[in-house]
Amino acid sequence: MKKYTYTEKKDTRSGFGAGLHEAGKKNENVVALCADLVGSLKMDAFIKDFPERFTQVGIAEANMIGIAAGMTIGGKIPFTGTFANFSTGRVYDQIRQSVAYSNKNVKICASHAGLTLGEDGATHQILEDIGLMKMLPGMVVINPCDYNQTKAATLAIAEYEGPVYLRFGRPVIPVFTDPDQKFEIGKAWMVNEGTDVTIIATGHMVWKAIEAGEKLAELGIDAEIINIHTIKPLDDEAILKSVKKTGCVVTCEEHNKFGGLGESVARLLTTELPTPQEFVATNDTFGESGTPDQLMAKYGLDAVNIVEAVQKVIGRKK
Amino acid sequence: MKHTIKELEDIASQIRRDIVRMVHGCQSGHPGGSLGCADFFTALYFEILNHKKEFSMDGIGEDLFFLSNGHISPVWYSTLAHAGYFDKSELATFRKLDSRLQGHPTTHEHLPGIRVASGSLGQGMSVAIGAALTKRLNGDKSYVFTLHGDGELQEGQNWEAAMFAPFHELDTLICSVDYNGQQIDGPTKKVLSLDSLQAKFEAFGWHVINTDGNDMQAIVEGLHYAKTLTGKGKPILNLMSTQMGAGVDYMMGSHKWHGTAPNDEQLAAALAQLPETLGDY
Repeated sequence: MKKYTYTEKKDTRSGFGAGLHEAGKKNENVVALCADLVGSLKMDAFIKDFPERFTQVGIAEANMIGIAAGMTIGGKIPFTGTFANFSTGRVYDQIRQSVAYSNKNVKICASHAGLTLGEDGATHQILEDIGLMKMLPGMVVINPCDYNQTKAATLAIAEYEGPVYLRFGRPVIPVFTDPDQKFEIGKAWMVNEGTDVTIIATGHMVWKAIEAGEKLAELGIDAEIINIHTIKPLDDEAILKSVKKTGCVVTCEEHNKFGGLGESVARLLTTELPTPQEFVATNDTFGESGTPDQLMAKYGLDAVNIVEAVQKVIGRKK
Repeated sequence: MKHTIKELEDIASQIRRDIVRMVHGCQSGHPGGSLGCADFFTALYFEILNHKKEFSMDGIGEDLFFLSNGHISPVWYSTLAHAGYFDKSELATFRKLDSRLQGHPTTHEHLPGIRVASGSLGQGMSVAIGAALTKRLNGDKSYVFTLHGDGELQEGQNWEAAMFAPFHELDTLICSVDYNGQQIDGPTKKVLSLDSLQAKFEAFGWHVINTDGNDMQAIVEGLHYAKTLTGKGKPILNLMSTQMGAGVDYMMGSHKWHGTAPNDEQLAAALAQLPETLGDY
């Protein structure tokens, strides 16, 4: 197992804030909108340097999405910012009609996704957003795994023409990816090469997958770990290549197993290469109040759950 | 004036003929609101809008128009065709398979003149605000026009947008309301009363004007007047009284022709009232 270390922990939302600021410096057409959550979205640096290119919309997310769609007309590249719940479920029809169907170059940037939002509880912990967004034709869906990757993803989507959903979170987690990485939309990152099982992880679950890989190595299991940051379009080639070698797969995501990354992988494998698969994901449930760590443990999203899923799926190999 | 009132009325007559023929041709669509807004569309595209012949999505340096109540697409399609955006023969494809003239307007099929999809109601004002903000950032002084149904104003998003535009002093924005008092299930007064739209919008900080949307002289003058009100720190709302089905006697004033197509006999009766002025498609 390749050794991953970190010297600091940071939140992925701060990676977004840094990326937005840098994207703003690079391209004067980058504009930002927020629905009364500037601090939570870490937009302060952008607002300080480009006040005229920032629009405070107030607590009116539907209006924000419509305004963002309109701002593309004339060449702006709008980044909207609010919590993941209010970025998706609350404004689904506005995104569907004014952004996705209208093919507008809007970047929907969503913080506080998943259980790790913590104490605010289920009203704010959306576990359905990946499913909602990936079903929209033409929508790119990205869920980066640490500060550096989120920053790189933010810069990459500014250069991509078309609607994008970028999902990130609140908790501080290890920063373990390259600060100078080149982020390629739709390209998987090989975290660790192995032969016994393919672990496919996204977002906060990538570090958990690395922790699981270390435990599996102690048990004599050689896990291949792939980071899928872009859930749509999915890197079919990387997944199929790995699964051909290992013969089984475990998918890991901080999202409902209905409609998430796991289902996208299952759809690919069912049609191309039927393979035993286990899902580390929430199981058709809402979250609740608690600390992020408590919630990830209670809902089965820890390294130990990945280890168990790997042992189970290896047992199902023919 | 680019045209005389008589010339504009003739264009509107042809657009009304197109509307009933298009809706009859596919036996679906929304003739009532389309007919009621034929005069507005004629005035807008042939007299008021500073728009370029060649369509560009970005619309830099030209006025923009957004139709929020997308179901009255027949009137828009006919207007766009006669204004030169595409050949009028294409009107025959309305709502048919493989057409660019979808039931509700869309950019998806790349029909010149359309800049955002509409149909699911209540979204157009927000989009227009966005376009106006970009024009402001670009130093582009052109206007942004919209049209909304009155029933459509029951959608909450409109009021988010209505609060935003005056706060941000979007004084290049001219929104019109097709104030016909009708919606699918009946008169708006019975379904969900809008009460005083004038008082509501004024309370939100808009400059509200009232026009007669079925009198060509009045609507042209009203829209010219609206333009004189721009640049003064407030968005403008044009409360435009119309009759659903205007121009076809048996359709007028009733919600029953909101979304119903005429049969052959009804089509003939409608066309007998609407002189062919520019040539049928």
